[in-house]
Amino acid sequence: MVSGATPPTIERVFREEYGRAVSVLVRSFGDIDLAEEAVQEAFAAAVQRWSAGVPPSPAGWIITTARNHAIDRLRREARRAEKHAEADLIYNLPPDEPDDRLRLVFTCCHPALARHAQVALTLRLLGGLTTPEIARALLVPEATLAQRIVRAKNKIRDAGIPYRVPREADLPDRLAAVLAVIYLIFNEGYAASSGDGLVRDDLCAEAIRLGRMLRRLMPDEPEVAGLLALMILAAARRPARVDEAGALVPLPRQDRSRWDRAAIAEGHRLVRECLRRDRPGPYQLQAAINAVHTDASDAEATDWGQIVQLYDQLLAVAPSPVVALNRAVAVAEVEGPDAGLRLIEGLDLAGYHVFHAVRADLLRRAGRSSEAQSAYEKAAELAGNTAERDFLMTQRSSLPSATG
Amino acid sequence: MKQYLLAVIEPSVGEPPAPAEMQKIMERVAEFERSAKEAGVWVFSGGLHPPSSATTLRPKGDDVLVTDGPFVEGKEHLGGFTIVQCEDLDAALEWGRRCAEATTLPIEVRPFRW
Repeated sequence: MVSGATPPTIERVFREEYGRAVSVLVRSFGDIDLAEEAVQEAFAAAVQRWSAGVPPSPAGWIITTARNHAIDRLRREARRAEKHAEADLIYNLPPDEPDDRLRLVFTCCHPALARHAQVALTLRLLGGLTTPEIARALLVPEATLAQRIVRAKNKIRDAGIPYRVPREADLPDRLAAVLAVIYLIFNEGYAASSGDGLVRDDLCAEAIRLGRMLRRLMPDEPEVAGLLALMILAAARRPARVDEAGALVPLPRQDRSRWDRAAIAEGHRLVRECLRRDRPGPYQLQAAINAVHTDASDAEATDWGQIVQLYDQLLAVAPSPVVALNRAVAVAEVEGPDAGLRLIEGLDLAGYHVFHAVRADLLRRAGRSSEAQSAYEKAAELAGNTAERDFLMTQRSSLPSATG
Repeated sequence: MKQYLLAVIEPSVGEPPAPAEMQKIMERVAEFERSAKEAGVWVFSGGLHPPSSATTLRPKGDDVLVTDGPFVEGKEHLGGFTIVQCEDLDAALEWGRRCAEATTLPIEVRPFRW
């Protein structure tokens, strides 16, 4: 026994080890509810027992305690005789295999589950977030979220969604789904200014934690490293993204001294490492674009030529109107606003506020103030949150001929 | 082993495929069935007559009412089905995918409860 446990210690162990413990128990018993209940019991026991001192291997203690609890419960329930036999069988299994959590990730992100169910399950089972925490973070009523989780768990059990790493042939598609879920969790925390700020910061941190875990489990997948780098680099700029008054600060005007330098260094290291494998994918390229931005000491020093090249590659591997829009922004920096405006003409993005914001900015720089004014208005009308709307209306009112 | 229903969802409106196209589909469906049997996953399969051939029975009090026609008229209906026996959903989805490719129609995969 080391030092006595304080509640924060147990909370930290809970955050770090919950997913691992649940995944080991799911493998042993093939029952998610039983696994979760047993792990929660083990943590409850830890609160009592660790007051005298934290065991040398807290994770091992939790897993052993949870497993014993699960076996006890199965023994008590005679009707689950079959599981009972299984429990006896697994009694002597090694405590955990490195890919237990990997299997659980692929179960949570199985394509037969709706995306919102994948997100909720991943946060619940691997992140160890409680249902109220997830509901608050995702701005979903608690009852709705609880229902989603129950429904997803029932489907896993009833439809026989397997608990294993997909075979090689299915891996690219299945991994893409896992990465999409993690990135969605990150963006939920990053993009929105609505909701409880602290809770939403937690989502970013949780997504990065999941990204790190996935990278340890799949070190040879460059897109995994790419996603991790992308999230780390975006989060590094986060302190400068909103000013004291809570208003949004666009990249060129951000106070770069407020960027997290250590995080940027880590992001750059990851980008170099994954690009060296020469299997570029959408996350790696987006991370590389972020690396170029964060490499510049000020906005003027940005290597826009390189950014255009990276967008060319991104457009080739993952063509979409949004990528084309971002590429046009970079082209406008190199060739001027008219070149950018030509490129965005005809993009099918009329319902996307960023499209109108970009167009407004390019029109402003091209000296077409009255057109810019209506584009800003259109953008503000479509923008989802107050910080963005305020920013757009400030831009509009700073136009030379603008009124009001 | 679990059993799964692979339900073929047919449109109720519009023209059926031309005879030549229909024959190709039937050949592919036969091939699908053959490979499912060879793999040992096939339990049962069949194609159904159109919903207009259906008769619906509804319990009412101590009686059962008989009506001409399907239970509901919809834009789609159950056109046929295959029951497969597989290890897990991934395997069932793989057979469902082959069935969709053979029939060129949507396939709904559902696990049997018992």
